[in-house]
Amino acid sequence: MFSSFMTNTWIVATIIAVIAGVVGFFVVLRGAAFPAHAIPNSAFAGAAAANVFAFSALLGLAGFAAASAIGIATLGRRGRQDAVTALTLVLGLAIGAIFLSRSGEYEPQLFALLFGEVLGVSTSELLPVALLAAASLIAVAVLYRPLLLSSAVPDVAEAKGVSTYRIELAFLLVLAGATALTVPVVGALLIFSLMIGPPAAARSFTDRPPIAIAASVGIALMTVWTAIACSYQTNWPIGFFVGALAAFDYGVGRVWAAWRRSRTARIGASEGDLARHEPDSSRAATPTVVA
Amino acid sequence: MHWVIEPGFFSSQPVHTALVLGSVVAVVSGIVGVFTVLRAQSFAGHALTDVSTAGGSGALLVGLSPLLGFVGFGLLGAGAMDAIGVQRVRGRDLATGVVLGAATGLAALFLYLDTTSGATTGATQTILFGSIFTIDRSTIPIVIAFSLVAVGLIGLLYRPLLLASTSAEIAASRGVPVRLMGLGFMAAMAIAVGLSALAIGAILSTALLIGPAATALRLTKRIGAAIGAAALIGVVETWLGVLLAYDSFDWGSGHAGLPVSSFIVLLTFAGYLTSGLPWARRLSGRRTELVGAISGAAQRP
Repeated sequence: MFSSFMTNTWIVATIIAVIAGVVGFFVVLRGAAFPAHAIPNSAFAGAAAANVFAFSALLGLAGFAAASAIGIATLGRRGRQDAVTALTLVLGLAIGAIFLSRSGEYEPQLFALLFGEVLGVSTSELLPVALLAAASLIAVAVLYRPLLLSSAVPDVAEAKGVSTYRIELAFLLVLAGATALTVPVVGALLIFSLMIGPPAAARSFTDRPPIAIAASVGIALMTVWTAIACSYQTNWPIGFFVGALAAFDYGVGRVWAAWRRSRTARIGASEGDLARHEPDSSRAATPTVVA
Repeated sequence: MHWVIEPGFFSSQPVHTALVLGSVVAVVSGIVGVFTVLRAQSFAGHALTDVSTAGGSGALLVGLSPLLGFVGFGLLGAGAMDAIGVQRVRGRDLATGVVLGAATGLAALFLYLDTTSGATTGATQTILFGSIFTIDRSTIPIVIAFSLVAVGLIGLLYRPLLLASTSAEIAASRGVPVRLMGLGFMAAMAIAVGLSALAIGAILSTALLIGPAATALRLTKRIGAAIGAAALIGVVETWLGVLLAYDSFDWGSGHAGLPVSSFIVLLTFAGYLTSGLPWARRLSGRRTELVGAISGAAQRP
């Protein structure tokens, strides 16, 4: 499991977990689970195109992911955003299916792209992946305050001159960058699990953004590492473990939040100070961070 | 005509089956889809498609018909999503996503086992992207039966559902059981999604559910008209897709057709984009004015 051919996988998986943990925090905060699911699905088309026309998979992934981010943000301005997201998503998958039907070995590639492939990382891919990851993290750092503000209180953000559309577009582009990194290992269909399970759990442990982001990264790391280890041992697809563990993370978060609530309800009246900091019933999934 | 419709199109048995099946599925998806778009439940609809992916691949594993897996798992998924809180607007996004992710993980496992057990080659392809030309005629009655159940559910719920979809508060204050309504609608959606999973593949079935409905709702604001338009648009797009895929066997030298489902999805997307163009807006605007004027005149004594 720790032999030399697995080294690249461990390195990339760690990078992926950090990115997913950080970007995922904002996905949960903004309620952007659907775009976070749609963009990787569109990126699938890029990977398939790269496969057929023999260019860099990372380039194809990044290109299609960015195109779908722009599509969702722009078309969503005038139409119903969720319908537009759904249509962009299936468009990407359909184009991908056309490309793959042109290539020889359809089935194994299709499966690897959609559900992930633990051994799919070569040494030459490490540097571009690291660079793209760094770029995504820098972008999140630059956008940090306006992103928090527009996620938590969009009206105030507008009033302060933060354009909702531009922030949305910028955020989706960051999401696209993160997506391009993760598709080859975790698969197009399951990255988003990693972007919502761990951050959702983290947000039910703490309300303070920096700590929640750190916790989210920590949980994402545990999730990815466990998934790889299990996948390596059982030979089952990594996507299964990522999906199941992310759901487990979410479940633990929900149970924790419920337990905290019931404890507060018991102590409640006597310790007003504690109650004031306590989330209400729907807090675990509600964007109410004070920026 | 020869270069539009390749010879043999109308006499081919698989094409007949594909057209009949595609039409039934498109009509059901259009009807259910209008409510899905109105209720802003595209994400839930898409999540159901991924749940039914797991169902279809699981059914193959135990030797059942994929259609039963699609619909059965879809109904279970609808129940699970309701149980963990999709009916609340807050947190709905996450709850849906978690069910979706877990189901997709399960689909990954089932498809892997399908492939390694060797019983079914091309399981990933068939389940995910469908193959309408290979569906057996004998499934048509089952498809029609499921369709009737879905359409019947919508018909039964029509008025209260419409009210609950436009304003949950008013509906609740009038004594409409909003949550039960939501669950009933999710069941109808699960059936619709399962049917179109059979036709165009599980992960693409969102296209038929959302595409024609979103297009229709851009053209008219009246629900009855939107439902009719969505069904019609869906049928036209499906037929065109089948035709193009049939023709594509003769494009290029390889004599390997392009996937039908991809054509249908591309057409639904193109349809949606076209409906946003200025002329379509003007047309529908003028029609709405006209309809408004007529109904206004009719109401005057």
